[in-house]
Amino acid sequence: MNSLFSTIRPENKPIAVASLFIMVILLIGTAYTLSVQGSAPLLSPNYLLQQLQTGSFLGIVAAGMMMVILLGHIDLSVPWTLTASAMMAASVGGDMALPTGIAVGLAVGLVNGLGIAYLRIPSMIFTLGVDSVLRGLMVAHTGGFAPQDQATPLMRFLAAERLLGIPVAIFVWAFVSVCVALILTRTSFGRSVYATGNREGAAFLSGIRTRMVIIGAFMVSGVCAAIAGVLLAGYSAKAYQGMGLPYLLPAIAAVVLGGTRILGGQGRYVGTLVGVVLIVLLNSVLSIMQMPEAGRQIIYGAVLIGMLLVYGRGARVAS
Amino acid sequence: MSDKTSAGMPIIELRGISKSFSGARALKEVDFSCRSGSTHAILGENGAGKSTLIKIMSGVLQPYSGEMRLNGQQVRFRSPSEAARAGIVCIFQELSLMPDLTVADNISISDPPRRFGLIDGRAQRHRAEALLARIRCEDVNPNTLVRDLSLSRRQMVEIAKALGMAPRVLILDEATSALTSRDVETVYGLLGELKAENVASLFISHRMHEVERLCDTLSVFRNGSHVDTFMKGERSPAEIVRMMIGRDVEAHFPQKPAPRDTAPYFEIDSLTWENRLKGINLTVGRGEIVGLGGLDGQGQKELLLALFGVLRGVGGEIRAAGTPISPSSPHAAKTGKTRIALVPEDRKTEGLMLPMSIADNLLAASFDRVSSGPFIDSGKEKAAVEEGIRKLQIKVNKATDAVATLSGGNQQKVVIAKWLMTEPDVILLNDPTRGIDVGTKQEIYKLMRELADEGKAILFYSTDYAELVGCCDRVAVMYDGTITTELKGSAINEEAIVAASLNINTQSAA
Amino acid sequence: MESFKNALAASIRQSRAFYGAVALLVIIYLVYNILHPHGFSSAVLVQNANEMAAIAFLAMAQTVPVLLGGLDLSVGAVMTLTSCIASELVHGSPATILFGMVMTLLSGTAFGLLNGIIVVYGRLQPIIVTLATGAIAIGLALFIRPKPGGEIDADLNWAVTNSLRDLVETYHLFNPDAGWFAPVAWIPVPLLALLAVAVLVWIPFRKSVTGRTVYAIGSAEGAAYMSGLPINRAKIAAFALAGFFAACGGLYLAIQTSSGNADVMQAGAYTLNSIAAVVLGGTSLLGGIGGAIASLVGACILRVISFYFRIVSIDPLLQPLIEGLVLLAAVSLGALRTLRVKNNLDLFR
Repeated sequence: MNSLFSTIRPENKPIAVASLFIMVILLIGTAYTLSVQGSAPLLSPNYLLQQLQTGSFLGIVAAGMMMVILLGHIDLSVPWTLTASAMMAASVGGDMALPTGIAVGLAVGLVNGLGIAYLRIPSMIFTLGVDSVLRGLMVAHTGGFAPQDQATPLMRFLAAERLLGIPVAIFVWAFVSVCVALILTRTSFGRSVYATGNREGAAFLSGIRTRMVIIGAFMVSGVCAAIAGVLLAGYSAKAYQGMGLPYLLPAIAAVVLGGTRILGGQGRYVGTLVGVVLIVLLNSVLSIMQMPEAGRQIIYGAVLIGMLLVYGRGARVAS
Repeated sequence: MSDKTSAGMPIIELRGISKSFSGARALKEVDFSCRSGSTHAILGENGAGKSTLIKIMSGVLQPYSGEMRLNGQQVRFRSPSEAARAGIVCIFQELSLMPDLTVADNISISDPPRRFGLIDGRAQRHRAEALLARIRCEDVNPNTLVRDLSLSRRQMVEIAKALGMAPRVLILDEATSALTSRDVETVYGLLGELKAENVASLFISHRMHEVERLCDTLSVFRNGSHVDTFMKGERSPAEIVRMMIGRDVEAHFPQKPAPRDTAPYFEIDSLTWENRLKGINLTVGRGEIVGLGGLDGQGQKELLLALFGVLRGVGGEIRAAGTPISPSSPHAAKTGKTRIALVPEDRKTEGLMLPMSIADNLLAASFDRVSSGPFIDSGKEKAAVEEGIRKLQIKVNKATDAVATLSGGNQQKVVIAKWLMTEPDVILLNDPTRGIDVGTKQEIYKLMRELADEGKAILFYSTDYAELVGCCDRVAVMYDGTITTELKGSAINEEAIVAASLNINTQSAA
Repeated sequence: MESFKNALAASIRQSRAFYGAVALLVIIYLVYNILHPHGFSSAVLVQNANEMAAIAFLAMAQTVPVLLGGLDLSVGAVMTLTSCIASELVHGSPATILFGMVMTLLSGTAFGLLNGIIVVYGRLQPIIVTLATGAIAIGLALFIRPKPGGEIDADLNWAVTNSLRDLVETYHLFNPDAGWFAPVAWIPVPLLALLAVAVLVWIPFRKSVTGRTVYAIGSAEGAAYMSGLPINRAKIAAFALAGFFAACGGLYLAIQTSSGNADVMQAGAYTLNSIAAVVLGGTSLLGGIGGAIASLVGACILRVISFYFRIVSIDPLLQPLIEGLVLLAAVSLGALRTLRVKNNLDLFR
């Protein structure tokens, strides 16, 4: 076991640990259902697909969040970017619903990127401000009531239908994943993201357009939040206030559980995927166990800290 | 204990010290001792183990095998503060100051004067004033933040801080490399005073003339081993260099072509920026190496940054091949019709992404050159990386290793190789040999001449006058934001550069 | 005299952001009182102070980890947890009330201590550790108080949320109408509590070696280590202090509302607002620059902005929008100096 562990490259260790932990969750959950209900729903492909379908929203948000975290930044505007995209898509409706939603995400990402790259306001605070502006805009737009607009058929198809027995949402998630993974590993933009996240000054002096990189990453994050928002609206048939809030912290947690360094510069997309699956499965096992909210929160926190402690601790003070 | 020690007695003794980093031996069974009241130089190439040695002595690195004795008593320090309490104080190459705290805070940081358990600001300020006066830095206000001081002033504050710890062994790791020449003289004087007070000074420096002037004892390290210790004058400089690099060194610098007139290719016309550049006029021809000389901080760095598009609000004109250019960013500078490259001052923070792989660092300036469409072509990528490693003979294990695992000299080669990949027409070098070993220095000199012969225009700033004399076709000496003197051909010698640097001809007051 | 002037000038130059924040607060609060239909009165001040107290405590809590160069995402949750604890304990005889208050503060401090220990000995990033421990704190709060409720001593509620005069009267300390007392009788108790905590806890901490080390770590951790500073102790102390300040906020919130409420959303909103307040006060998110007093000012600015909606006729639907825009404008204003930077490399330092 130990020797197996030591052969894994350090950047892959979190991925291995998280995968292992997914197995443990499945085992515990199955043992529980077998002893209490006498069945093993966690192992049925249909149940798993259903879980992944709802997990795909988180997965898409996390993919965008990862881009930003790789730069050493963070995007706290995700909740209302997601909500605003969903609301605008639903209220425009028709063929233009999807493009509208995505355009909202792009625009928010652009604003975030401009503020962070040009004004150099810490992303933590700028995206927080943008989030409250978006909330304000949406409150003004809807008049503070739950919007009555319905999701378009296309949105519902993408989020709730199945194709070849597999939920379409999973296809969307897979598509986003392939895109992000390709961007990160095989494009000069992706390499520039890692370089900028590692040391912005050196990247700038290497002639990398670091401002464009920052803007680009925030736009990816905005688009991902928008896609998730449009899907979620399709899934619930309409957009609603606060629909984005439950996705912010789990998305950050998924990225970090997948081994991406919160200070930027290091991390693999596969890790983020594994992190999302871990959180989704943990969630479903806890709901099967009918864990009350209090216990759920404590277990979330404990798992996150426990896993990070297992990943190996940061180096002593470097310099 | 301490009153028993007299000059000549070993104050610190190391026996059989070994230390490894992830498998690589940094020190092998080193025996070393240093007498109180001596000024002791430690010489060696980068990677010879000098830094490891002083880090062990000053409590930064542990564990290690072997034993250390201070005044005959066995000691083992677990932290720098333990070592400092025992009287071993180190002035590190990487500054150990907190930029957001004031000078007074920094000087008393490890043991501030206290009243009722709380820090006494006034006593702390007086203490700082006294220590700064001792190193003739009365001009530094103890209430200023360290971040508002220039690099050379910070280094002096660092020295004041070390003095405040009442050292019995003072370790200076390249402590003078950032100083102005006036401060260097002050530090030399200070070392004399400390010697009279029976303090042992351990001195690491790559400046040979400094070592020869200051030190009475020299120790040479190579590949983690202690080669020899001898008194000053027992060995010739050539012998010492041979001991350091373990092989004979032929000519120090590559042969320069005969002085000739080169048509101007890269022209700088009355360039101004803030109050740091005051109308710079300079030309560099293809195939020419033009040196920038002068004391540190006369605007040389700003000039290079201005040419590379880093500075905003630059006045005047820059022309390449007769056409005006105005690079607005490093990206513009590197992709313009005339491609410009800059090897920056600090390779660790400006040149490299240390945790990233050697390959990624080599490609950092030329991702677009190895791409087809939006995607990076792995074939081209691999070829480019191999080419870079081969061309500069970078000693690497695997190209996917982190660049931080390389020695200083090889790291600098990675920076240079990165820029050669962009096929630049103009190469700006900001003190590229600072803090790297003799062998790599010579490789860099050779490479510079080869690049010039290929038709590149090279502007080369160095704090080492010998380098300027050895490498450059022309030397422009800067003083207070202007070029005061241009030296050519046989007029390039250290005396002339020093005289021009001090602006002796035109100096009135100051 | 001359040296004092110089020192003052240097101090203003070095903490331009802080003095800017103070000036901003003074101006917007003056304008608020001028615009207020009833003008300035003790009652308005008391009400304002009550609305400011919890977020001000929380902003002070957030400041300490931020000075380290970290961030504490659990402050809102710790405040929620401690307010739930207080709603269980702070009633009954004077002795049990006092015991309950001490226990509340201790539990918050202990939680902060735990954060610090995990950060230091687990060698993990504070932002992630506190993200996780914040969830744990909320979970514990939900265990204690699955539904909003609880009980707080009514006298205490009255005494703490009104002016000093009411405090004296409630507890029959002395004649509240004594002539010597009149000049200070109008001061709101929450304001005094804030100042007391700032002066008795924060300022001594800042002047201690541990506090100095917190600043040193935020400024340059490697250099702090090389200088032999007690890094681990300072980090743990910083998080414990954050826990203590958050518990002050929680205790106050419980007393003010006479109940405890394990509201996840509210905890999150408080945490985010605490970051905004810290930044508005001029503390650098990179660490090393700023202080808890500055954050107190920042928190007051944040609150005063929202007071305006009561007196200026703006569509209440636009309130969140305007709040967001003001926050963005404030931080952008502070960032305008980056546009004046002449050397692009200075941007990365």
